[in-house]
Amino acid sequence: MAEKFEAVVVGCGPAGAAAALELAKNGVQVLVLDRARVPGGKNVTGGILYGQNDTPYNLDYVLPEFEKEAPLERRIRKYFMHAISGNKVRRVDLTELHEYNTKFAWSVLRTKFDAWLSQKVHLAAKKTGGGLISGVRVSGLVLENGRIAGVETSELEPIHAEVVIAADGATSELVRQSKIRNWMEPSSWFQGVKAVLSMSQSELERIFNVSGDEGVAHLYAGNLFGNARGGGFLYTNKDTLSIGTVFHLDSVVSEGLEPHRYLDRLLAHPVLAEMLADRAREVEYSAKLIPDGKKAFIERPYKDRMLVIGDAANQMLAAGPIIKGMNLGITAGILAAKSYVEAKKRGDLESVGARYAQALSDSYIRKSLEGNGLLRSALSILTSIGEGVAKTSLFSSAVKSPLVLGQIEGMLKSYRLSESAPDSAFAYNTLPSKLAEIHGDEVKTAKRFTTLPIDERIARLSYDTDIGKPHIEVLDDTPQASGACVTACPVSARDSSRGCYSLVEQEVNGRKVQKVVLDTQPCVECGTCAVVGATQWEHPRGNKGVEYKFG
Amino acid sequence: MAQELNYVVLTKGVPDFREGKVVFKEDNTLNRAATPTVMNPNDYLALEAALEAKVKYGGTVNIICMGPPPYKKVVQEGMQRYADHLYLLSDAKFAAADTLATAEAIRLAVQKLGGADIIFAGFKTADGETGQTGPQAAWKLGYSLATHVIRYNLNPEAGIFEVTRSIKDELEFVRGPLPAFLVTDPAFKSEYRTATQRLKLQDYREETKKRAYQFEEFLTIWDAAALGADEWKVGIKGSPTIVEAVDPIPRAPSERKARVINGRDRDQLQGVVELILERRA
Repeated sequence: MAEKFEAVVVGCGPAGAAAALELAKNGVQVLVLDRARVPGGKNVTGGILYGQNDTPYNLDYVLPEFEKEAPLERRIRKYFMHAISGNKVRRVDLTELHEYNTKFAWSVLRTKFDAWLSQKVHLAAKKTGGGLISGVRVSGLVLENGRIAGVETSELEPIHAEVVIAADGATSELVRQSKIRNWMEPSSWFQGVKAVLSMSQSELERIFNVSGDEGVAHLYAGNLFGNARGGGFLYTNKDTLSIGTVFHLDSVVSEGLEPHRYLDRLLAHPVLAEMLADRAREVEYSAKLIPDGKKAFIERPYKDRMLVIGDAANQMLAAGPIIKGMNLGITAGILAAKSYVEAKKRGDLESVGARYAQALSDSYIRKSLEGNGLLRSALSILTSIGEGVAKTSLFSSAVKSPLVLGQIEGMLKSYRLSESAPDSAFAYNTLPSKLAEIHGDEVKTAKRFTTLPIDERIARLSYDTDIGKPHIEVLDDTPQASGACVTACPVSARDSSRGCYSLVEQEVNGRKVQKVVLDTQPCVECGTCAVVGATQWEHPRGNKGVEYKFG
Repeated sequence: MAQELNYVVLTKGVPDFREGKVVFKEDNTLNRAATPTVMNPNDYLALEAALEAKVKYGGTVNIICMGPPPYKKVVQEGMQRYADHLYLLSDAKFAAADTLATAEAIRLAVQKLGGADIIFAGFKTADGETGQTGPQAAWKLGYSLATHVIRYNLNPEAGIFEVTRSIKDELEFVRGPLPAFLVTDPAFKSEYRTATQRLKLQDYREETKKRAYQFEEFLTIWDAAALGADEWKVGIKGSPTIVEAVDPIPRAPSERKARVINGRDRDQLQGVVELILERRA
């Protein structure tokens, strides 16, 4: 007889954890499955754990004492944007923007933080006859009369449930299988790469001018990233720094520069080199795909009795320089749990999806991801005009005016405008470069920060390789179909044969042909090659694959 | 099921032969006093097998170990893996027992427990390597015996066990009546295929780790009198085996000169690389 639980939650990141905690709180028997050996071992973030004033459904709703108990890094009190042109940097204080509607804001390292969350989840779920099982990869859905009735895994017998909550992240296999989102569109993704750097706590506090549990965030944009649309970030942790770059995936592909090289450009830029040289040491490299929730908002993230939450449902907001993902997932998790509890109470389980969609629609999540349509169109037109105007001397002389400068920086600090900021080269590159060029100060430093080659970065990661069972297969190995993998995969490089993807020349019938070859051993399971190449992409089995130490 | 199943796991304390733990005398024989005693490594698999039975079929796991009072630490080690109750058979009258006399003590202890549905034992002990004690105990108790078990199933209602034995290059499937004495092969592997089993397994592991801290609350020590042992059947008096001589196993003489290299030190590693290149040339 098949096993049955009231609820199965797939993935124990912040979204899945919040859903499970809320279910358990309401007496629901909930089974949580996570494919890492310890939840968090696969998870990374390039963001801040926010709580918002306009919703009660933040992490403290399910874990009221989390600020006291959780392994958090630092409370982010200051937020700066650095507009960069060459060695010139204009710093803009965006603390006001960061604080807008903010209840709390913490930097976190996900491996530690999610592991802690998962313990809370396990204890709560045990009380209602469920619990957390890690090292289990959910591979598919159980269908009954054509409708979703549970999950299949690589490790266990099929598990039936009244409700399945898919919180399996940006690379959700459940979402792909149930065709809830179009996976294959590079323009609806960001790709982030990150380095965690260790630094002594006292040095860190001195250099970043923080003390106690206070921390600071710095963002970087401008011409150091060429034409790639995106930017860099730095968050202070307790005794480490999270430094990364995030770009729209289509521009990573079209620019053809390898992702780790953007990170290198940031790390080596004088504004960072001055702080990092001789003090900081890279301890972990990581990467992930990030859904662009504004471009790919899913209005009805459910199918039958499967509800999708968090990154899996594209619930990620890039409000200009403010990045919010984890808190949207947490809110959605709580709403999904409440929808199930309510549907069950009314004896109308089939209504659970519609209830969840309605709750999302009434929440800030829809409002912020859909944004103000009119404002978005207007800004989109304005920035495309801006792109043309920016090349003229008129624009330069206008920006020179303190009045215009004040206007531009004022606009940067407006949350409403940021929320509706369009994805444009003007916003990411042109305007910051211009600001820095005209109003920036030259950073003069003799200090150099030496970045690590990609081979060394891979060598420092831990893997439990599923030998003989590659989880990715290249379906078409021509450079036309899968060549983008070589440059866009964050653990591949043209000049390295140690990465996942490389281009090799072979002689076939006396003719030289180029082929894309794959070695999944260094894979960090980001999903990039599933989007930009012709591949058959699955997650490794439970416990297998990359295992982060910081995340 | 009429009655809860009862499992016994046999464990033995052996010298810790791991490098860095084991101490040798000048004549290269084992310095028993200076070498710590640990649970026989193969017995871990017997405990895993008993835990699998508890998860799948319910019941109680009892560890039985024979040895002097300091062997409490050995049964504690067992409890860290899994046990509900611990029994240490400890009496000067049990000392210097051969395999037959040990099997007799085990028989008495199992019978004092009211018998067992399954007795699990590991494959050989690291010190004696005889592999006789288990089968002799099974024979004395009249239980079905299966050795080299790599997997097993129970049908408690029908009173039947089924095992897969790994014998050389072949697998043998054996079915027999309970009670049974199962000896786990070093290749034994537990299998948990349902979520409920995995949840129970986690719970049991958590519980036993907590219990192991205060293991003495779960420990019973039985002496020869408590077991009603016939002193001519246990200990040295009950041991027909005569050890004529023991060949000292000489420690392999060290012929190579070794230097420890710090793998994180690039200069030292460079030296290694240079040496390899030099020798190859």
